[in-house]
Amino acid sequence: MTTDTLVSRTTGILGLIETHQKTLLVLFLAILIGIPAYANNYVLEVLANTWFYVILCLGLNIVVGYAGLLDLGYAAFFAVGAYTTGILTSRFGFNFWLTIPVAMAFATLAGVIIGGPTLRLRSDYLAIVTLGFGEIVRIAARNLKITGGASGLIGIDRPHFFGTELNQISHYYFVFLALALLAIFASYRLQHSRLGRAWQYVREDEDAAEAMGINRVAIKLYAYIIGAVFAGIAGCFYAAKMTAISPETFTFSQSILILLGVVFGGMGKIPGVVCGAGALVLFPEVFRGIGSMRLLVFAVVMLLVMLYRPQGIWPAQKS
Amino acid sequence: MSNLDIILQQLANGLILGSFYSLVALGYTMVYGIIKLLNFAHGDIYMVGAFIGFSILSVVSGILGDGWTGIVATMALSMIAVGFIGVIIQRIAYRPMLQAPRLSILITALAVSLILYNLVMSITDGEFKAFTVGLGYEGISMGEVYITFTQMVLVSATAVLMTILHLFINKTMYGKAMRAISIDQDACRLMGIDVNRVIAVTFFVGSALAAAAGVMAGVYYGSIHFFMGFVIGLKAFTAAVMGGIGSIPGAMLGGLILGLLESFGTQIPFIGSEWKDVFAFGILILLLVFKPTGLLGRTEIERM
Amino acid sequence: MALLDIKKISLSFGGLTVIDNLSFGIEEHAIASLIGPNGAGKTSVFNCLTGFYRPDSGDILFQGHSLMKKNPHKITQGGMARTFQNLRLFKNMTVLENVMSGMHCRTTAGVWGALVHPGSQKREERHIRDVSEKCLDFVGILDAKDRPASSLPYGDQRRVEWARALATQPRLLLFDEPAAGLNYDEKDRLIQLIGRIRNELGITILLIEHDMGLVMRVSERITVIDYGHKIAEGGAEEIQNNPKVIEAYLGKEENGPA
Repeated sequence: MTTDTLVSRTTGILGLIETHQKTLLVLFLAILIGIPAYANNYVLEVLANTWFYVILCLGLNIVVGYAGLLDLGYAAFFAVGAYTTGILTSRFGFNFWLTIPVAMAFATLAGVIIGGPTLRLRSDYLAIVTLGFGEIVRIAARNLKITGGASGLIGIDRPHFFGTELNQISHYYFVFLALALLAIFASYRLQHSRLGRAWQYVREDEDAAEAMGINRVAIKLYAYIIGAVFAGIAGCFYAAKMTAISPETFTFSQSILILLGVVFGGMGKIPGVVCGAGALVLFPEVFRGIGSMRLLVFAVVMLLVMLYRPQGIWPAQKS
Repeated sequence: MSNLDIILQQLANGLILGSFYSLVALGYTMVYGIIKLLNFAHGDIYMVGAFIGFSILSVVSGILGDGWTGIVATMALSMIAVGFIGVIIQRIAYRPMLQAPRLSILITALAVSLILYNLVMSITDGEFKAFTVGLGYEGISMGEVYITFTQMVLVSATAVLMTILHLFINKTMYGKAMRAISIDQDACRLMGIDVNRVIAVTFFVGSALAAAAGVMAGVYYGSIHFFMGFVIGLKAFTAAVMGGIGSIPGAMLGGLILGLLESFGTQIPFIGSEWKDVFAFGILILLLVFKPTGLLGRTEIERM
Repeated sequence: MALLDIKKISLSFGGLTVIDNLSFGIEEHAIASLIGPNGAGKTSVFNCLTGFYRPDSGDILFQGHSLMKKNPHKITQGGMARTFQNLRLFKNMTVLENVMSGMHCRTTAGVWGALVHPGSQKREERHIRDVSEKCLDFVGILDAKDRPASSLPYGDQRRVEWARALATQPRLLLFDEPAAGLNYDEKDRLIQLIGRIRNELGITILLIEHDMGLVMRVSERITVIDYGHKIAEGGAEEIQNNPKVIEAYLGKEENGPA
């Protein structure tokens, strides 16, 4: 088969998908909701993990894909959410659901503290500052009493949802699926809004955007904070699912992994980023043998994507 | 120990640490100056330098011994080898990206950094390697303070390397071309300067200096490991920013200041050594907030 | 009171004086020009006015308020818009989206509006679209609104820039060499457009231009600078006969004051 026919077939399929978009979407959702009835716990665990990374990748996508800022310490915001829930439920007896707004507030605060001063500067400075910030958060979590030091926190309360304690993997499958869908919805709405356009203006030409009356610092800060809040919320539910957290979950590698999902799928493209998140989780499950080589393979993939397909694996939108 | 002794001891420690930072910071600042790229992989080049030095030393020490002769030979060979690695990386990963958006080239640099890091990790199985040298522990003692000859030689070696670099930048054609390119790349092309070649030379020099620092760190600490480049990369970047990114004397100065700050900073009672990295990052963030142009940097004028 | 009042501003970059103690004013509803040989510092003056450069000394008053401590976006919001000498469109976006950027500072929808789509947000989006389309219509390229900006011919890209600046709803519009690269017909239409912007929209205009024919035809008042220093000021005829101006241009410009 020549490339031409391949291309025309693919576009044919894409066209079919486009015409039956709504039907397909409903069908797909029905399958996703039906899965827990048939799948075993291993599959559910992997899928729940996938949805979880979809949230994180979409959150980072707002920062990297929409606003064009490189954040190398994204795991720190995830840590802020997880530790807020962990500390408040295990040490202060908070109800899980009440910790979410607190975590959102803390994530916002962290976003303002780190983003406020640095977003004025060149974008590469932000990258290194976020990297440093990520390390500071991890080191602080390792060394503070309240975060449980290197061994972390245990005995985090399971949340209740209308009287049912969420303690099955199938529960978390649905929790993370719902959150991922919410994240997709929010990303879509944000992308196609006044704010979303402003991110694109700033990404394409900061000076021209500024000359058009756009406050580039404020606009970037918005992206940074929204990204932080996504990760913060994901962190809350992560803590509830694991019931134990330790600083080693929130390393530089974690931040890089999330970034890879975004880059691989295609920065700024929602379906691409969702696929990227999926690839992130599924790849090591499928290729169990590679073990410690996983990050090496990921890094090589990242380099190849940047060199040969910087727009990511997802095809460009037709305009 | 008396207070004076502590001060002297920390001064010595700070100078050593600062030498390493300066040498690595130079690579950051040179590459940044010429192609405005924050080369994330630079810390890992330093680490690779240490491991290449380790391999070369194991051969060289059989011929020249593991004293200073062997070490100097090792260092020279490592610098050349790692210099070429730097050039190859630039050729494969960075050159195709020079016209791409900033974000793309930053991510590329990150990917290179991760590849080096994980490659060395899997080759060495994540183990520490003993950097065996036979230098002994002779030195001079001043009161309670003891400074080994090794320490003194390392600091002097840094000074020598920096002097050579200074002459290279200011007296040679390549050095002049580098400075010219950092001001206006297009004009340089029009004047017939082979810009790609000069960029390659910049990577060679920057990487070679990092390798020198890597070998010196091996000699000084006695062991090396695959993650030694991560934190020093961050700190050297801090040093480069402190001195004013793009400024070569700035990088030298910034490295020494950061080394001293860190060495004295960890003496503050409630900042334990587990917080010393936080201390350096904290400095970086404060610096970027209050003096992003650094000590010797100039404000950039963007042309409309 | 003048709409814009530049008072003794000076600017230098590392010892090189770019603007030297420059003063001039623009009355409301005027069409004024700033001219001078290449490198005279004209664009630097624009960059000072729009907040991209900070003068070392002096003051700039716009509608009676100082602009010296204001950021570019605040200045645009305050009613001064500019175009760029080298086109600075958002290349990967459509023509309409480009123009919509100008409406950003006149609208308010934020995160809540984006996520929930309340009535106010929908009205605002429609308003942004309407105004932007009107601006495109005004410059005569409404037909191209859904095309990617970079796919337009050069002359039309210039017009997108003008529409984009108009969409910020300015009181003062700064044109940085609007005729550069335009052909004869396009220049003619530009002259008409400048007149229409002032007469129909009531917007004051300051332009930098090298095409002396165009400058002389449209400007009511001309300020001439050389080496950042004002050397003459007045109406078209006065400027054309000013010996200092002739001296500054002589042999340096092909189309000197003819």
